Amino acid sequence: MKGTTAVIGEPAQGESWQRAMDSGELLLVAAAGMLVVAAVAQTAAAGLVQPRIALAFGALISFGEVLRLSLEGGRESAPIGSAGAFGYAVVLIVGGQPALQPALQVIAVVAAGMVLGALPHLAAGRSAGLAGMASRLIGVAVVAALFRPLSTIVPITRPRDWGLALAGMAAVLVAGWLAECLIGALISADALRARFRVALWDEMRVQLPLGAAVAATAILIAFAADMMGLVALGVFIAPLLVTQMAFRRYAVIRATYLQTVRALARVTEVGGYVEDGHARRVGRLAVLVGRELGMSEPELLELEYAALMHDIGQLSLRDPIPGGATVLASPEQQRRIAELGACVIDQAGVLDGVAEIVRYQSLPWRGQERDPPVGSRIIRAANAFDDLVGASTETSRTMAALEWLRLDTATEYDPRVVEALAKVAGRRYRGRR
Amino acid sequence: MPSDGRAPAAEVTNAAPEWIRGGRWRACAGTGREQLADGDPAGMVTGTEHRSAGERTSKLSPGAWLYVGAVVAAAVAVLAQALGADPDLDGPVSQSWTMAVLVLLFLICDSAPAALAFGQSAWSPSSSVTLAAVVLVGPVGALVVGATALFSVRRGLDLTQRVFNASMYGLSAWAAGQVYLALGGDVGPPSHGSFPAIIGPFAVAAVLHVLINHALLWGMLMLAPASEPGQPGGALQRYLPMLVLSDLGYATLGLLIAALWSVGGAFAAILVLVPLFVARWAIGQFAAQERAYASTMAALCQAVETKDWYTRGHSERVSRGSAMIARQVGMRGSRVEAIRYAGMLHDVGKLGVPTTVLQKNGALTEEELAAVQLHPMRGLAIVREIGFLDEALAGIMHHHERMDGRGYPMGLAGDEIPEFARVIAVADAFDAMTSNRSYRGARSIEEAIADLRKWSGTQFDPALVEAFVAAVQREGWEQPPGAPVRPAGGVTVPDHDDPAAQLRVVDSK
Repeated sequence: MKGTTAVIGEPAQGESWQRAMDSGELLLVAAAGMLVVAAVAQTAAAGLVQPRIALAFGALISFGEVLRLSLEGGRESAPIGSAGAFGYAVVLIVGGQPALQPALQVIAVVAAGMVLGALPHLAAGRSAGLAGMASRLIGVAVVAALFRPLSTIVPITRPRDWGLALAGMAAVLVAGWLAECLIGALISADALRARFRVALWDEMRVQLPLGAAVAATAILIAFAADMMGLVALGVFIAPLLVTQMAFRRYAVIRATYLQTVRALARVTEVGGYVEDGHARRVGRLAVLVGRELGMSEPELLELEYAALMHDIGQLSLRDPIPGGATVLASPEQQRRIAELGACVIDQAGVLDGVAEIVRYQSLPWRGQERDPPVGSRIIRAANAFDDLVGASTETSRTMAALEWLRLDTATEYDPRVVEALAKVAGRRYRGRR
Repeated sequence: MPSDGRAPAAEVTNAAPEWIRGGRWRACAGTGREQLADGDPAGMVTGTEHRSAGERTSKLSPGAWLYVGAVVAAAVAVLAQALGADPDLDGPVSQSWTMAVLVLLFLICDSAPAALAFGQSAWSPSSSVTLAAVVLVGPVGALVVGATALFSVRRGLDLTQRVFNASMYGLSAWAAGQVYLALGGDVGPPSHGSFPAIIGPFAVAAVLHVLINHALLWGMLMLAPASEPGQPGGALQRYLPMLVLSDLGYATLGLLIAALWSVGGAFAAILVLVPLFVARWAIGQFAAQERAYASTMAALCQAVETKDWYTRGHSERVSRGSAMIARQVGMRGSRVEAIRYAGMLHDVGKLGVPTTVLQKNGALTEEELAAVQLHPMRGLAIVREIGFLDEALAGIMHHHERMDGRGYPMGLAGDEIPEFARVIAVADAFDAMTSNRSYRGARSIEEAIADLRKWSGTQFDPALVEAFVAAVQREGWEQPPGAPVRPAGGVTVPDHDDPAAQLRVVDSK
């Protein structure tokens, strides 16, 4: 049963390293592993070209790998390590001497640096992050394979050639970045059953800013190494350190935000308004259904917030609804709760989309002046489902609830949503077995 | 808290520091984002304390005018002297392409001061461009580049500020350039041969640039001090070393820009700024997210309060009060932030107390009292999963303990009670006393302070009571508005936070 809490936002603590790798990740790691074996064998046979340069870049990559960074959606990044690796793949002249490392040596050195950098993570009891390392390595391999042969064909000697080199570097780095995004999207599409196009778009959106910073730094290292020699490695990491620090703070506040909403959504449970775990279950279910329907990560986050807070309006009721199940409340009362909840969320002033979803959750999907938003329809169905099934895992109960929802698809529940829900629920029980 | 539209602390200032730092010379007045005064003392991230009045056009004292005049005159004199010595400005003008790119770079940097993650400060990397100009086009060219600060695309800077900033940059760049030349630095794109030798002169020039920049700004802030109450520009002193250090860090980028110029031309130099602008973007995201976080939390807490009608706004005031105490006793920024949230959430557990008990008419039965006394634990159960400092959780759980050990839920005494809990207890009780209750009107601040002192030692930590009193006297306290309201049912159960009205168990006989 993977990917329920780790669906969006940050995975719950301790979960990311405990969960087993799934098939896509295994495949990726195996492919990268084979690549590394070939690269190391070839390099060992041919001998290490310019070991001093290799050592310096390898050290930088290790250092960067120690300072990993988690991005939204549980993605992992090592900007400094990547900048070093890409830099090594595209560097042409170091301190006036041409840099001659072949592509396979680049891969071998980068892999060695990464493995060394992963050791402290293992020592601290965290995951080695094999899948992330593998995808970063493949990105570097793409760049090295494209650029290293080129650099031997067109030796750069005169200053005016640098314009050409710059264009070449930029092009191969974009290719490497795209390769990484593609891998990331394939993995998450496979693991989370997201649609590939949506997953790719999400991946590119998240990776773009850091990717630009990393690529710029890699090019700078390559350029400055000509004049400054290997000192350039240390010097150009400084701006990237600043960038990394900024991203770290961003990641922390994002995680705290989600945790807080998740936690505070429980106030309705503590207050006895709804059943234990209701908000969280509806949140998970809504996200799974939303992903099934091809929603993107920002939309899913909004949906998760709305689902977690969908019953917050009940706090304004003087007495809890018996049993807390809104599915059995009168339409009038449902509407009032939805409206009150939307008002609470409106107060925040920053969650307009969420308030909108909560506001329309009580409306039937047909027969209105305008259709309620998809998010509202999903929450309406997920809420009804959870009210009927609760924490129970009995298949018969699930089937009965789905049947109940299907009977009402003419006006009450969006049939597309109900079908997606049925799929998700089916998966859930298969996964449990 | 976020309602006054304050940008969070991470938003502000400037590495090549400019004259926007004083409390009253804010960069963006009026609506929208305020540039936070640099003097915000304790790393507050969601500022509440000083109201930001859009008063940027405060009058300058005659001394300040004189100072601005002197700085501007010096800059003009230097420029005139350079023109006199070299009427055609051969140096800079012969490299008009380089000059143009440098000016453009400078303007881009200066127009987008990048906030970085050290406490309050944020930098524009513009000092790196002026120092690159020192190397590439010499002192006079650097002066001209610095002086283009006059045309920075920034809202809210008025003409005086622009002229001052331009003169300040110009002067410090020129002086740095003179020192660079005097120590034997070569003007023009560096080559292979210039590399270790150039570092010495450049380092001295960079230090000088930063120092002059700060000194000139410092003078301005002394003459036109911040107008915020309790903010005599003192906080700037605290951050000064950090700002100078970070400026020096950025100054080294100047050498990199210059070095790249000879290899890849201007385009490569621009690449230096990409990571910085990405950092700036991330900080912007962080700031937006943090604002969203704070206001979402406030909204949710308000929703919780609707159940208990007479404590409206209580959480927010307790949050503010706790932060005031925390700062008064000198807690560091992250702890102040944590206690702010702890104060906000301290009564969340009251949702687990049935409404009938909260609004009960008359004394409580033993079970009902137990239900009330359980609320800190329930609160803890709710917020435990938030990735808070453990301290904040302890603060929520123990905020009803008493110094004499007669509090609840655990009956801890004295120093056994976590510091956060002792802080929240003071702010909590004070707000309860100064708010209207159905069974009594709000007490005045003086009366409430007297009461706090009366119970200090038995119920409250005396040191924290005094810290709170000092903070209230300095910063003021905003009492909840409104006349005493009686609920329809004539509810008379005492507020559980009110130290003067302890909850009593009804005599079962």
